[in-house]
Amino acid sequence: MEKILVLTHCDGAELTKASLEAVAAGQELAARLSAPLAIGVVGAPAALNAVAATGATFFAVTGEAFAQARYATDAAALEALCRAAQATIVLAPGSSRLNRVAAGVAARLGGFVDTHITALGGEAKLEANRWFYRQRIEAVLARDARPWILVLDAGSRAPYAGTAGTATVETVSVEAPATRTTVTGLRAPEQGQQTIRPDAKLLFVAGAGWTKKQPDGQLHTGKAAELILGFLRSTSSSLGSSKSLVDQGGEGNSVLPFLTHMNQIGQTGATPRHPKGLSTCCHGEEPHVVGWRFIGDRRAISLDANCGWTRGKADVVYIADAFEVMEKVNALLAK
Amino acid sequence: MPTELQIVVCAGIVPDPLQALEPVTTPAGPGLKNEMVLPAVLDPWAASALYEAAALAQKNPGSKLWLVSLGPKAKLQQVMMTVAQKVAFELVPVDGPIGGFPDAHSTAAALAEAIAALPGLDKQKLLVFGGWESASRGAGVTLQIIGEKLGITEQFQGVDQITLQGDGSFEVLERVEGGKHQVSVCASAPAVLGWATGSLAEPRNNPQIGMANMRTIMPALQKAKTVKLDPNGLSYTSVSLPKQTRETRVEKNMSTDEIAAELAAWIAAE
Repeated sequence: MEKILVLTHCDGAELTKASLEAVAAGQELAARLSAPLAIGVVGAPAALNAVAATGATFFAVTGEAFAQARYATDAAALEALCRAAQATIVLAPGSSRLNRVAAGVAARLGGFVDTHITALGGEAKLEANRWFYRQRIEAVLARDARPWILVLDAGSRAPYAGTAGTATVETVSVEAPATRTTVTGLRAPEQGQQTIRPDAKLLFVAGAGWTKKQPDGQLHTGKAAELILGFLRSTSSSLGSSKSLVDQGGEGNSVLPFLTHMNQIGQTGATPRHPKGLSTCCHGEEPHVVGWRFIGDRRAISLDANCGWTRGKADVVYIADAFEVMEKVNALLAK
Repeated sequence: MPTELQIVVCAGIVPDPLQALEPVTTPAGPGLKNEMVLPAVLDPWAASALYEAAALAQKNPGSKLWLVSLGPKAKLQQVMMTVAQKVAFELVPVDGPIGGFPDAHSTAAALAEAIAALPGLDKQKLLVFGGWESASRGAGVTLQIIGEKLGITEQFQGVDQITLQGDGSFEVLERVEGGKHQVSVCASAPAVLGWATGSLAEPRNNPQIGMANMRTIMPALQKAKTVKLDPNGLSYTSVSLPKQTRETRVEKNMSTDEIAAELAAWIAAE
């Protein structure tokens, strides 16, 4: 019989949203396989009160050494949770913290790991969906070997939303491992320049056209920056960029100063999940369009009606000048 | 004061991103149609790791740089003709299957074995680099397992920057949620760093570096050890291209005002 463990972690005193998504997946899987469910947390045991109604067995690793996301300490904590629960199937949220360490934990357990899981299914046995070749090919896979850790892509399902209660938590004792790494903090973009918002309702995608010569034969990079930042401010949307636009910075061309490689989406960038997406000044064919893969409602503004970003990929494409349209959109949103 | 480093870059080869990909079933499991003849490139994120490693080695005289790569010898040779023009390295090829579908755990075991067998390897100077994910499997698994197999527990993923200090310690910036970086200081090597894009542009081709590299690459390819990758209980129920195609409404005749009004309403709608 399978034993299921969901690994979670905290943001402050509460479980992260991705952790709650993993809990929801674990609860569903445990019911389907008639398997016992355990939930383990690295951080505050009280955070498990939010998922007390799952009826799971609860484990926690606590302590100053484990408060900070760091490979050596997280690997030790998560390994201990897996051993305490004697789990055969382990679900983990696809956060940067768990993605950093899940495979290392699997190696320590003598088990196996598959990451970026977008769905769990299967009738007689557990099957997992994931994408290969940067979201261009989808596969359904299974493993006979155990323990099997499955890291679930954040945003791929709804978070657990049961009523809170009081969880009886077993604290798992772990000796803090020796580590040569000290985490000194987070470094964020300068104030007012934060353009990546994973929880935003809208992804705004800027393509290389924003920094190309416009109909008057001139570059208008400053104007482009003003329009894009104005739109991001008024809509609190997240900013994605095509590779060609980000790369221009490294090639000494006129650039949008707030763009970095972290904004890059697509074949060699991120594939974020947002309910809506608006693409502007983007051109490209199928390999570049993977940045759209997990966007719900997609619209585009393009001068090319046959562009690969749009035909068959977007729900609506407006054949128009993005500079003119976005200026008017910003004016309307400001009202 | 420069720090003498031994940097091992693990880098696979992947189809050129502009190629159309079609999955097929082969006797060895899923694969890509015409996989052996598809133009290939060094994995993009691993390439970032290679360029960062080369820059680091150049700044620290006495350092050594190996490129460990698993793939069919013929494909490795083809890709190395290009990569060898970029930066100086010693190739350690491992002859094995290509593609994203073989099991990552077996790939990691083969690479870890190749690294452990490097002549003159000093683990106290060792930095293992690679891409934080590949453009084929995209799992972010291989480097972590390599680190565990080599006994390296200082690991960083989604790295965009490493800054060496005079005392041999180094600061690392790792990508975390929300467009931020987690900043860590590691007191010394050994460590594993899975790179995101870094900050260096692709170096220009340098024929002199290419000629020097090729003198060692060809003999290394001839001596490459062949490995068979165990599936470790991994099986595929289906492998397919996404079928979803949208019915795109193309608006060619709307005025700018009409488009802006429609977009503003769409953005405001729940």
